[in-house]
Amino acid sequence: MSGTDEAPPADESSEPTDQSGGPAEGTAETTADAAIPVDDVALDSGTPLEVRNLRKTFGGITAVDDVSFDVEKGSLTGLIGPNGAGKSTTFNLITGMHDPDSGTVQFNGEDVTGLAPHEIANRGLARTFQIARELEEMTVLENMMLAPKDQIGEELWRSVTPGVRGDVQRQEREQLERVWDVLDFFEIDHLAEEHAGNLSGGQRKLLEMARALLTDPDVLLLDEPFAGVNPSLEKRLLEHIHELREQGYTFLIVEHDMDLIMNNCERVIVMHQGRVLKDGTPAEIKQSEEVIEAYLGGEV
Amino acid sequence: MTDTDEGSRLGWLFDSDPKLLIAVFGSIYLAYVLAGFAFGYTLRGQLNSLANLTFYVAVFGMAALALNLHWGYTGLFNIGIVGFMAIGVYVTAIFAKPPVAQGGAAQIGGFGLPLGVAMIFGVLAAALAGLLVGLPALRLRADYLAIVTIAFSEIVRFTLMSRTFQSFDVPNTVFGVDLAADTVGLGGGGGLILNHLSPLEALLRALYLWDPYLGFVDFVAANFIANNPKPVVDGLAYGLVLLGVVGIFYWLLTWTGESPFGRVLKAIREDEEVANALGKNTNRFKLKSFVLGCALMGLTGVLWYSGRGSITPPSFRPNITFYIWIALIIGGAGSNTGSVLGGALFAGLLYEGPRYVKNLVEAAFDLGDGPGSFGQAMAALGGSLDPVPFVVYTLNSIGQLRLVIMGVTLIWLMHNRPEGLLGHRKETAASIDLSRPERAEPGGEAAATDGGEQQ
Repeated sequence: MSGTDEAPPADESSEPTDQSGGPAEGTAETTADAAIPVDDVALDSGTPLEVRNLRKTFGGITAVDDVSFDVEKGSLTGLIGPNGAGKSTTFNLITGMHDPDSGTVQFNGEDVTGLAPHEIANRGLARTFQIARELEEMTVLENMMLAPKDQIGEELWRSVTPGVRGDVQRQEREQLERVWDVLDFFEIDHLAEEHAGNLSGGQRKLLEMARALLTDPDVLLLDEPFAGVNPSLEKRLLEHIHELREQGYTFLIVEHDMDLIMNNCERVIVMHQGRVLKDGTPAEIKQSEEVIEAYLGGEV
Repeated sequence: MTDTDEGSRLGWLFDSDPKLLIAVFGSIYLAYVLAGFAFGYTLRGQLNSLANLTFYVAVFGMAALALNLHWGYTGLFNIGIVGFMAIGVYVTAIFAKPPVAQGGAAQIGGFGLPLGVAMIFGVLAAALAGLLVGLPALRLRADYLAIVTIAFSEIVRFTLMSRTFQSFDVPNTVFGVDLAADTVGLGGGGGLILNHLSPLEALLRALYLWDPYLGFVDFVAANFIANNPKPVVDGLAYGLVLLGVVGIFYWLLTWTGESPFGRVLKAIREDEEVANALGKNTNRFKLKSFVLGCALMGLTGVLWYSGRGSITPPSFRPNITFYIWIALIIGGAGSNTGSVLGGALFAGLLYEGPRYVKNLVEAAFDLGDGPGSFGQAMAALGGSLDPVPFVVYTLNSIGQLRLVIMGVTLIWLMHNRPEGLLGHRKETAASIDLSRPERAEPGGEAAATDGGEQQ
């Protein structure tokens, strides 16, 4: 995938660590903005995520029924719908947590339908969970250090072989700088040593997004990122999302809060009873009779 | 390594864990020495007692460390430990035993390889068994692994007892290789006579230290223990070797835990799906952790049993597995120091301790022979309010009561300290210190902290 998982400054030590394709790129321009490295995300416009005719049944219930949509590069797309509309199942189908009965998911031009979750994550499609799932007995720092891809120390023999372990430590040191940068960016650096289980709901959401970001994703799927978050933190979270989007990240956000989606997303997909009811700009959605009927109860 | 690494390593020395470890070891050994004086042991008796204690402290420490990798680090519920130990010992024995000799006591021979080489085969066999068990079972929910592992360990034991595998005739040449062995096998219910070198002798011979060692034994004979001191010195020396192995286990598992690999294991223990969503192939990590732990269990089995004259299948009942679990739970799952501590406390207090208490009481009070049955003991207590027969009967049944004491200890721990002495110690899973790194170039990096708004 991308070659910029190393922290920018330490060029001289990057030889033993670079496993990925093109590590030479990135060092120069990411030094300027070390917080969130932008690699090839914004190189071309297009549709990194194409969902076609997804269908999933659980027993007799059709949770997702012939769902198709695209997510444009660099966009902030909202996915809304009443409870049980199939939003989370769609997420799980895209990220490989469930296998669809039929239909395909194309990611960056590659068919990723039915791949394992870790394979999809490694291709640059990161997700967060509806209920923030922190690794509670791990510190915030450990949570963050877990995320980066291509960690050579994840090969057991490297971590326990004297001599080779030095390379592991060197890579960890580079990675650590980036981890602290991202912690600073999300303004949760003061919580770094805290166990994730001690964080408040909103802080967990921040941590989860920060963690997902460290996997170097092209597209971030956020499942109800604002649920249980207090208004001031919600505002901060939104600012971060907008800032990241300007850097070239693509977002697909599942959310209950209608106003929030309408005010922040340029495109909204409305799901109802497992189907895509409407797909368009917030203005179009607001005017759609069927959406108002199905979801808004005619109140807008 | 850099200066900071040296610093943290020195800091580790002054951490309270090693102090605790030394304090606990010291107390246990002191108690045993004092008990030895109470029994009026000779020097020989004292040393024997300490060698025996060291042996059990070390083997339980090793086993608890290996189990800690499974349960404490990865959350794998393995209750088939003894099966992997048995595979290690038996495979080692088959490869190390000399071929059947005319007029020898052993009916079943082996391939006559050096013990060190045979041990490698034994450990690899245990690892392979772990792979075979783990491949299907680790994909299932956690409790299935428990079922599969305990079933596996019983299958191993019954296989060892089976007449079918008791002995085989080995062809003279296999693929053109002339084999020394003619009859090999698992020995069935009769077990195997371990007529190979003892692990201690094999090690010392390999290091060319055997002759100096014999010289040392002669020295001991001349100055301290006149009558055949070799078994005593052997026991002590082997105990020291085993403690060294505990150190190696500890080092290996600490490096395993404090690494990116260990971090993924910790994440799997916490929430496997999250680890998956972050791009970690958790099945591979679980399998590696499981296989490594099984290999270490195999090695523990070899070091535990290879020094004995013979092995029989009943030695490998599941109770050994549960002893090791108790040791780990006492010390605290998740902590390597805790595992060693738990092994020492279990061996010193629960495993060997009750017997010493009995001997101590008998040495202090001349109680004579106790009643032959529970009824007689209760009759005296109820009839004439004389507690002595009851106490004597209790002491005489201390072997059985040991299990009761272990059970009570477990229940007490679950109620009062479920995390064990050092459990949930959350040792940081990283190969480096994770505090904010010093900036190498403060000028150039300062802009980085405000989050790259320039794009």
